[in-house]
Amino acid sequence: MRLSGAKAIVESLKSEKVEVIFGIPGGMTIPLYDAFYDSDLRHILTRHEQCAAHMADGYARVKGVPGVCTATSGPGATNLVTGIAVAYMDSSPIVAITGQVPRAMIGKDAFQEADIVGITNPITKYSFQITSASQIPDTVKTAFLLASTNRRGPVLIDVPKDVFSEEVDLDSAEKLNIKGYTVRSGEPHPYSIKKALGLIMGSERPVIIAGGGVITSNGSAELVKFAELIMAPVATTLMGKGAIPETHPLSIGMLGMHGKGECNMTVESADLIIAIGMRFSDRSTGNLENFGESAKVIHIDIDPAEIGKNVRVDVPIVADAKKTLAILVSKLSEVGSKRGENEWTKKLRELKAHYSSNYREADGGLRPAKLMKLLRDAIPGSAIVTTGVGQNQMWAALHFQVLEPKTFITSGGLGAMGFGLPASIGAKVASPERPVFNIDGDGGFIMTEQDLATAVMEDIPTVSIIMNNRVLGMVRQWQCMFCNKRYSETDLGKVPDFVKLAEAYGAEGIRIESYKDFETAVKRSLKAEVPVVIDVPISADEKVLPMVPPGKRLKEVIWYG
Amino acid sequence: MDEGLHIISAIVEDRPGVLFKVTSLIRRRGFNIATITVGSTEKEKVSRITMTMGGDVRIVEQLIKQLSKIPDVVKITELTPTESVYRELAIVKVSAQDQAKRSDILNYITIFRGRVIDASKDSLIIEIVGSPNKINAFLDLMKSFGIAELARTGMVALARGTKSMDD
Ligand SMILES: Cc1ncc(C[n+]2csc(CCOP(=O)(O)OP(=O)(O)O)c2C)c(N)n1
Repeated sequence: MRLSGAKAIVESLKSEKVEVIFGIPGGMTIPLYDAFYDSDLRHILTRHEQCAAHMADGYARVKGVPGVCTATSGPGATNLVTGIAVAYMDSSPIVAITGQVPRAMIGKDAFQEADIVGITNPITKYSFQITSASQIPDTVKTAFLLASTNRRGPVLIDVPKDVFSEEVDLDSAEKLNIKGYTVRSGEPHPYSIKKALGLIMGSERPVIIAGGGVITSNGSAELVKFAELIMAPVATTLMGKGAIPETHPLSIGMLGMHGKGECNMTVESADLIIAIGMRFSDRSTGNLENFGESAKVIHIDIDPAEIGKNVRVDVPIVADAKKTLAILVSKLSEVGSKRGENEWTKKLRELKAHYSSNYREADGGLRPAKLMKLLRDAIPGSAIVTTGVGQNQMWAALHFQVLEPKTFITSGGLGAMGFGLPASIGAKVASPERPVFNIDGDGGFIMTEQDLATAVMEDIPTVSIIMNNRVLGMVRQWQCMFCNKRYSETDLGKVPDFVKLAEAYGAEGIRIESYKDFETAVKRSLKAEVPVVIDVPISADEKVLPMVPPGKRLKEVIWYG
Repeated sequence: MDEGLHIISAIVEDRPGVLFKVTSLIRRRGFNIATITVGSTEKEKVSRITMTMGGDVRIVEQLIKQLSKIPDVVKITELTPTESVYRELAIVKVSAQDQAKRSDILNYITIFRGRVIDASKDSLIIEIVGSPNKINAFLDLMKSFGIAELARTGMVALARGTKSMDD
């Protein structure tokens, strides 16, 4: 069958079962958009390409399949960069298709030319530039394979304009044949399993640290079974939130810089750390010199390069989290080694009880911790929460209990403000039947707020809860704690009236003044048919506490700032 | 023996941008390599990249693991100095005006099995092949005569024995 390059892209996307594409057209992608015009692919026209990438990312994280976004050459492509970098840092599968100037003009500084392949090289699993239409079918296929297998991540395909119009014969198209990439089976090596079991049986104070890898591998059920068998408390990283229901007695919440105090203390006193699908980021470990000093470490990860990168490991297991956990569970059940309550679990309960009073709720004003609890109680367990970056994100991480995997979506590795709203839109497109809430900061919301227009036009009713402190809160908190309250450029002064702003876009805006108002607004928004923005005024002096100052070890928690 | 020398050999597919991908990763992750060479192999559309670096084995291991994640890198391994042969080529321009010095230089060239590949009234261009240590030792000697210019290729290496890395 002969068809144009543009049509070949559409056909290839359909063979990958793509249902939706987020993007904005431009000069170099006009032929591609012409092919979209009479295809049954859903295209969602965003208002900024950064949002197209975040939406594809949010979609991918909820649905577990690659999200697709597209932009024109030059400025369109460079606008995608932040979104691609977020997906790269959080190992989220997206496929970005960019237009490029015609082949003959590449390298001549043509109008709207940017070397997007060069720019995105360090933030993608692979960046392709297509040089003939006959490469299209196999490149698209390979892009989806790369994005969605082993450790996942973004892939970019750059397509010169004239390639869109060149004809390709689907039956004799080129094969790419990437020899250096093999899809891992994900099966753990029996020898490492044996060694891991030895360490587990010999340990008295095991702790599990679950990361995003447990969630992407769909290994949550196995994780819970495993933890219960060995009676190990489960800490999660930010990306791992949801790997275990946070109401589970063995869940000790998030660890790290802004983690729970009792969680950090537990990890510090463990004699065995079982790290699963996580990468020992500095935000999780505190000072690396002392991290896990008194513990042996088992590290399970699908990416061999993560093993030994930051932390010395006693038993490395390069494998899929779910498969490894399933094997550990069955081996442990075979030997009938179910642990009961013991010294360690007792100590754990004491720690929890001891520290619970440290999360103080001072009087006056609306307190973030309480708001997060009220939100949790008002929405179903399956509801999806996305976040901005900064204090709002950390309040959500600390105080919003996640009950199911893939319901907490946040920019963990890159920490990109502006992620919350577009990610919520992508999540809602992936799962329209579930409510989606974006917990955001006033600063971050403004960075991508224009895509409320997309949500309104495409009937994607997500709810943004703006923790409105009128400051760049997290930076201000550091200035307060470490710069002697020299608040350099963190006062946003007059923030817009978020109610009017929502209304201007055709969304609904609600300003609340009390906890009661908040609950009413959340309940009301569950039924809303348009996007909702809830403006929640809070004090600029609210802090995220506890906190482990940068460079300090996990024990050195500051409880009061 | 070349103490602390790590030789990393990678078989890569000869696609546009492969060298860029490899060097970009090395830069981004802050690895510090001493030399890098790239050239064709016995197979069509397959190149070999040879890198050398000093330093900690853990860093070398990390470099190999990171590079092997590039889909164009088909195979990558460390070649240990004892189990491989490795060579570098240097050409060096040495000033050699007076006759006594000239004959000293020629003596050294014989000892180091170098060759004179160009000569003028005032200078010689010498080619020398060997391990980095041997080349460094020779260059040290030449310094006293005055090195006008120097070019080195970086290392190429192969494992000893019959097996090929690509098998
Ligand atoms: C795109 C981007 N720019 C700058 C930063 C640095 N930064 C981290 S948190 C923060 C403040 C965020 O303010 P806001 O969105 O209002 O959230 P808050 O911390 O007040 O909850 C800033 C500026 C960032 N993470 N991302």
